[in-house]
Amino acid sequence: MKHRYIPMTETDREEMLSAIGIATVDELFEDIPEKVRFKGELNIKPAKAESALTKELAQLAAKNADARTYASFLGAGVYDHYKPIIVDHVISRSEFYTAYTPYQPEISQGELQAIFEFQTMICELTGMDIANSSMYDGGTSLAEAGTMAAGHTRRKKILVSETVHPEARDVVTSYAAGQFIDVVTIPHKDGVTDLALLEELLDDKTAAVLVQYPNFFGQVEDIQKIGDITHEKGGLLVVSANPLALGVLTPPGKLGADITVGDAQPFGISEQFGGPHCGYFATTKKLMRKMPGRLVGETTDSEGRRGYVLTLQAREQHIRRDKATSNICSNQALNALAASVAMTALGKAGTKEIAYQNIAKTAYAKSAFEKAGFEVKYGGHHFNEIVVVLKKPVKEVNAKLLEKGIIGGYDLGLTYPELSNHVLIAVTEQRTKEEIDALVQEMEALHA
Amino acid sequence: MHKDNQPLIFEITKAGRIGYSLPELDVPEIDLSSHFPEGLLRKESPELPEVSELDIMRHYTALSNRNHGVDTGFYPLGSCTMKYNPKINEAVARFPGFANIHPLQDESTVQGAMEMMFDLQEHLEEITGMDEVTLQPAAGAHGEWTALMMIRAFHEANGESHRTKVLVPDSAHGTNPASATVAGFDTVTVKSNEFGLVDIDDLKSKVGSDTAALMLTNPNTLGLFEEDILQMAEIVHGVGGKLYYDGANLNAVMAKARPGDMGFDAVHLNLHKTFTGPHGGGGPGSGPVGVTKELAPFLPKPILIKENDRYTFQYDVPQSIGRVKPFYGNFGIYLRAYTYIRSMGPDGLKAVTENAVLNANYMMRRLEPYFDLPYTQHCKHEFVLSGRRQKKLGVRTLDMAKRLLDFGFHPPTIYFPLNVEEAIMIEPTETESKETLDSFIDTMIQIAKEAEENPEIVQEAPHTTVINRLDETKAARQPVLRYTKEEELVKA
Repeated sequence: MKHRYIPMTETDREEMLSAIGIATVDELFEDIPEKVRFKGELNIKPAKAESALTKELAQLAAKNADARTYASFLGAGVYDHYKPIIVDHVISRSEFYTAYTPYQPEISQGELQAIFEFQTMICELTGMDIANSSMYDGGTSLAEAGTMAAGHTRRKKILVSETVHPEARDVVTSYAAGQFIDVVTIPHKDGVTDLALLEELLDDKTAAVLVQYPNFFGQVEDIQKIGDITHEKGGLLVVSANPLALGVLTPPGKLGADITVGDAQPFGISEQFGGPHCGYFATTKKLMRKMPGRLVGETTDSEGRRGYVLTLQAREQHIRRDKATSNICSNQALNALAASVAMTALGKAGTKEIAYQNIAKTAYAKSAFEKAGFEVKYGGHHFNEIVVVLKKPVKEVNAKLLEKGIIGGYDLGLTYPELSNHVLIAVTEQRTKEEIDALVQEMEALHA
Repeated sequence: MHKDNQPLIFEITKAGRIGYSLPELDVPEIDLSSHFPEGLLRKESPELPEVSELDIMRHYTALSNRNHGVDTGFYPLGSCTMKYNPKINEAVARFPGFANIHPLQDESTVQGAMEMMFDLQEHLEEITGMDEVTLQPAAGAHGEWTALMMIRAFHEANGESHRTKVLVPDSAHGTNPASATVAGFDTVTVKSNEFGLVDIDDLKSKVGSDTAALMLTNPNTLGLFEEDILQMAEIVHGVGGKLYYDGANLNAVMAKARPGDMGFDAVHLNLHKTFTGPHGGGGPGSGPVGVTKELAPFLPKPILIKENDRYTFQYDVPQSIGRVKPFYGNFGIYLRAYTYIRSMGPDGLKAVTENAVLNANYMMRRLEPYFDLPYTQHCKHEFVLSGRRQKKLGVRTLDMAKRLLDFGFHPPTIYFPLNVEEAIMIEPTETESKETLDSFIDTMIQIAKEAEENPEIVQEAPHTTVINRLDETKAARQPVLRYTKEEELVKA
């Protein structure tokens, strides 16, 4: 058969077969035992030509309600933020996206330097000493922080605040199970980690305390205090931080974090139904050699020119094999590049401005909800999410909102049974005052 | 391309320049210091670049020009399947209905996405011959770990938590033993025999009542099909162990042999390899796992189900190993893989394998006179040469790899697998033309001659790249892992 991705002609094939010294391609498969040879035709859909397939998939895509057509107030770990158009132009440079891991530094300086810049930007935002080249996503990055802390402290228990993203907590539990580590949840009190219970649960067998900043309810917790309590017992403080919030908030590195992780999705990465996003992982100099994932370092060539290489590889799975503490190999390089471009475009001023706009819009939404008679839960400090109490099931309210062109917030009752009829509303800089007003108005009308 | 230092983005920054466009705030201004307690507001701005949009584009264009991708030239990196990345995939992944949908939207608003996922699962089940597939793992190694956790849960459910050993051949990918370790197992290495295949006697001596699984890549990392696969399956199953298939080399057997028919109980795929992900400079990948009915109850949550043409996620899965990743895997990547599979169809996938294997064998036979070929039988999609003949002349495999750079080729994988001295692992893939293969072969032959006649030119390569060989020892001994402003360095 002929296909645009397969260039061999019949003549080519004949010449190649004769060079090999065989008559048919089938001879090359004779080492597959007769009994396991697949003889029929795969029962999958027939090939479709480019235009027809594009059309079919466009129709499939059109069945979904997207954040370009609807005003979305859904956040809960994945956000609709300003994505500079330039991001897609850079990551569409196919020298980047059709390359693999930069094993040959002489012809991979572009990728290596881009990663080195990414590592620097993550350090700048988080206030940590060292950042790696990326992890799969925020959830798995947090899980690896937990197992790394357990490995480092040789302790087999980690505490996770209930205010950490529920799906990330699930992933932490799965990863921990792999290495026989116990995970204990610290309940929340008024939307923040219950410090009294933290002190109660924390002991000298605890490897780490995992918290989120801002937390799942949009609250900014007292990280410093949690860190102090944790360190007293010799545990590590692991902070999962929304990097976009760090344009304004004190970086975890200044609050005592030993490991800071999170997802760079808010910087230039589309929601894409939950992935691929871009985990980041940052830590202190002291823990540098314990961290998972790839690192790019600066060095020089024989003529003293500056260049970049993959470094400290003795930590990595392909060297350590059965002594490895992490098995991550492929990471999220292209998305780290996307995040770098977005962080570069926003730059020093824009990261502050965008974080500020999120806070201001959320504060506006909060007061609009309160004026309309809604209870907005938790009196703490909000970043870009608030918890609004409804009189009706969230699912029902969201269904009505959808008819008005609005994607409603996250139904907290799904993961916090005591919070049924509570909705987590995210207000990013993308939402206009008009859209916020419409949301409040529609919800008010439904409430009546 | 020039050979001077390429400035870092931080070095072309100028205070006051911006590269973004945010709207004017349309809600009342707030006073941050009254909104947050003092300790929560950062005092120093992050030192991020201050550059214009054109600065950004020129910077990254310059970087891209210092990078080699499949679109730049031949990239025969063994075990990585560096095939062409179709452009329709990129277009489809950017449709707003796929790119801009939120994972926590009500299921009724994402039926199109779920339909694609379900259809892809069915396609992958058919291609691998497995009963059930999960799309959640984010990459190959993540898939390995997911499947091993399922195997562990299976044994534990049967009251057999004493099965703590995972057998891994000495030719296996480094991730195999690493994944086994982080899934809580001890690894036991199984030797290869003189033909580069698993030594059956060694396998027999190492299996037992403590065997949890055997991890196998088939064809293996030497590009050789494990002909005794059925016997191996019998041995491992005979002692109650499970058989795990590392799908990194699936490009060699699509529509020719299916892991499910070979007796495998669990399989992971690397969609960024076999199914044109793309590779993205190191990721994102996508590593779905397929399993038999017996292991299906342990699949990670949620499970995608179809009932009366409606798709739903099922979270009530009592024996599940839990969540391995937030949400549903790397949707944007497996969407590309789906697009690719639909572009190829059954004949196309078969042609992929036939041409990938033909290309590898052609290259192997043409290079055989010039390099040592430790295993001489027909290969599958890749083959491994040894540079030991050239090493005797003082030219190492690393030198030859660097010399290839001067001719515009990405070198093959080198020094892997570990059971071949001075290994050169070549995987051409099916998307390369005979002209490209010939040109690479001729270059390799020339390098072999240079090793004999003019070894310095090889030992000192590369000569044409933007940078010479870099001092990796220095990078590791005095790690510089981030940019620091010169004045800060002076202070420190």
